[in-house]
Amino acid sequence: MFAYMLRRLVGAVLVMLAVSTLVFFMIRLVPGDPIAVMLADAGSEEAREAMIRRLGLDQPLIVQFGKWFWGMLHGDLGASIYGSNQPVSAILMEALPRTMSLAFLSFVIAMIIAVPAGIISATRKNTGADTAVSLFAFLGLSMPDFWLAIMLIIIFAANLQWLPAIGYEPLSAGFWPWLSHLILPSIAIGTGFSAIIARMIRSSMLEVLQADYMRTAASKGLTQRVMLLRHALPNALIPVVTVIGIAFALLISGAVVVENVFAIKGLGRVLIQGIQNRDYPVVQGAVLLVSAFFVLSNLAVDLLYAVIDPRIRYS
Amino acid sequence: MPLLDIRDLTVTVKSDGTETTLVDGISYAIEPGETLALVGESGSGKSLSSLAVMGLLSSALSVTKGQILFQGRDLLGLSAEEIRKIRGRDISMVFQEPMTSLNPVRSIGSQIMESIEENLGLSRREARDRAIRLLTEVGVADADRRLKQYPHHFSGGMRQRVMIAIALAAEPKLIIADEPTTALDVTIQAQILDLMARVCRDHGTALVLITHNLGIVARYADRVNVMYGGRIVESGDARAIYAAPRHPYTEGLLQSVPRLDQDRSVPLRPIRGNPADPFTRISGCRFHPRCPYVAATCRSTVPAYENGVACHFPLDASRKEAV
Repeated sequence: MFAYMLRRLVGAVLVMLAVSTLVFFMIRLVPGDPIAVMLADAGSEEAREAMIRRLGLDQPLIVQFGKWFWGMLHGDLGASIYGSNQPVSAILMEALPRTMSLAFLSFVIAMIIAVPAGIISATRKNTGADTAVSLFAFLGLSMPDFWLAIMLIIIFAANLQWLPAIGYEPLSAGFWPWLSHLILPSIAIGTGFSAIIARMIRSSMLEVLQADYMRTAASKGLTQRVMLLRHALPNALIPVVTVIGIAFALLISGAVVVENVFAIKGLGRVLIQGIQNRDYPVVQGAVLLVSAFFVLSNLAVDLLYAVIDPRIRYS
Repeated sequence: MPLLDIRDLTVTVKSDGTETTLVDGISYAIEPGETLALVGESGSGKSLSSLAVMGLLSSALSVTKGQILFQGRDLLGLSAEEIRKIRGRDISMVFQEPMTSLNPVRSIGSQIMESIEENLGLSRREARDRAIRLLTEVGVADADRRLKQYPHHFSGGMRQRVMIAIALAAEPKLIIADEPTTALDVTIQAQILDLMARVCRDHGTALVLITHNLGIVARYADRVNVMYGGRIVESGDARAIYAAPRHPYTEGLLQSVPRLDQDRSVPLRPIRGNPADPFTRISGCRFHPRCPYVAATCRSTVPAYENGVACHFPLDASRKEAV
């Protein structure tokens, strides 16, 4: 188990290194550079050159990469090339809890919707309830999350005024302020996610319900509820967990878009601003963090397998 | 009063708008503590009739006629909730496939204990103690430790022992064992059957033993029902049938399995042809296309079930000599 985790962690580090290398060069392929963004047409030729030298952009790419890579290995992600030249790690640390809260809550909301919906549509196959779930899944998958986000703001924030429309409050400001700011964006992100999971649970549940061990469970005189929750669901979730791991990427990319709609200064917003400003160190750091998040969540999912399926042993 | 009294049970399947009869009006009874064998080839309706007793027929199948009286109560008239309470507590089952009949992601202990808790209302600790006793009784050594293990830690024979422990969990009055040894190694089969016979004797549990192997029946069953094409074609005392079958099909079944009490020079004689397909209409006696003694009457008229056999020309000593 320990050896397995170690191997996976080494693999995770390699993936992150590859991703960060790729991003380093790709962001520099994007037309335009930070100088053009900052000085626009106003700067003189001398000012331009001074700035290029100050940022080290006059050096060969490979030297720039080497410097950045060396710094990264020592935990230094560089500093934003704008304004107060905030260290990238500080920017990321401020943004991370917001995106994590958002991703976590989206996931919880998605599962709260998906698990019952999947079970209901599997056990009442081809009934009105099943059709309703299918319809929901269809809508959930077809609605772009930014559009849903805007609709939610119009209905629940602007008209009903139940929840705040934009912004973020840290958990330290209290549970409800934190939660109330996250509910709408989490629904916007979680809906599409829940649609995928609900469909997966339905099909996997339908298969499990035919299994011999379900007949055994019935022959013991167990109630329908116990049969479904204790016998069918754990088996039905095994294939679903794989998809959850992959779909975590959806949550993150969903967060990038939705954070902008709700003006939450999370990773997504940091990333987009960084790209718009050609703020190379910020983009590189943010992508590194996102890839770490993704790789680690996949590792967590693989470890989760062993918890729900005792036949799986890692060695 | 018999423990279980099945009268004129008819099970049909509906597909593409046509209804096909799979179990065709069978009747039999079983007394408390008795062992009754249901013998027949696959498709003879032996498993379906027992699933009907448990109310576990799949949704495409339905009981269209008959009564299933358990201690005088017709199970077919009960609500889903009432029949659920009978399952496990009064009647339990052991299935054919021990490899797939246990839930792979739940521990052996939890699968035994949940039946005890549900049906006997014992506390977790009491259920655990009982599960350990049951596992020990069915021959699983080191039961305390093995409770925590999962089905994949157990061999086929061991899993079937666990299934028997589950079936015994709530001291049912009747256990239905559907081909409990078919999927097991020959060397394990006798162990499992001996075990079932012993626990049923010790607990005074009646047993319906479903099998296609007439050879094992004489040793373990008090009485035998031989089924063919959804009907009971012969029934009676296990030893008497084993010694002197009266239906040509029963005779064929006995001649097609090796017997230990017979001279080895007697060749095995398989029954020719294939088991009756319920979806093909057969006039007269359903066995007539395969019967070595077939006569004109057999092709036209369904034989009535009289004196324990459904045959126009039941076998007897004189008839055998003539052939």
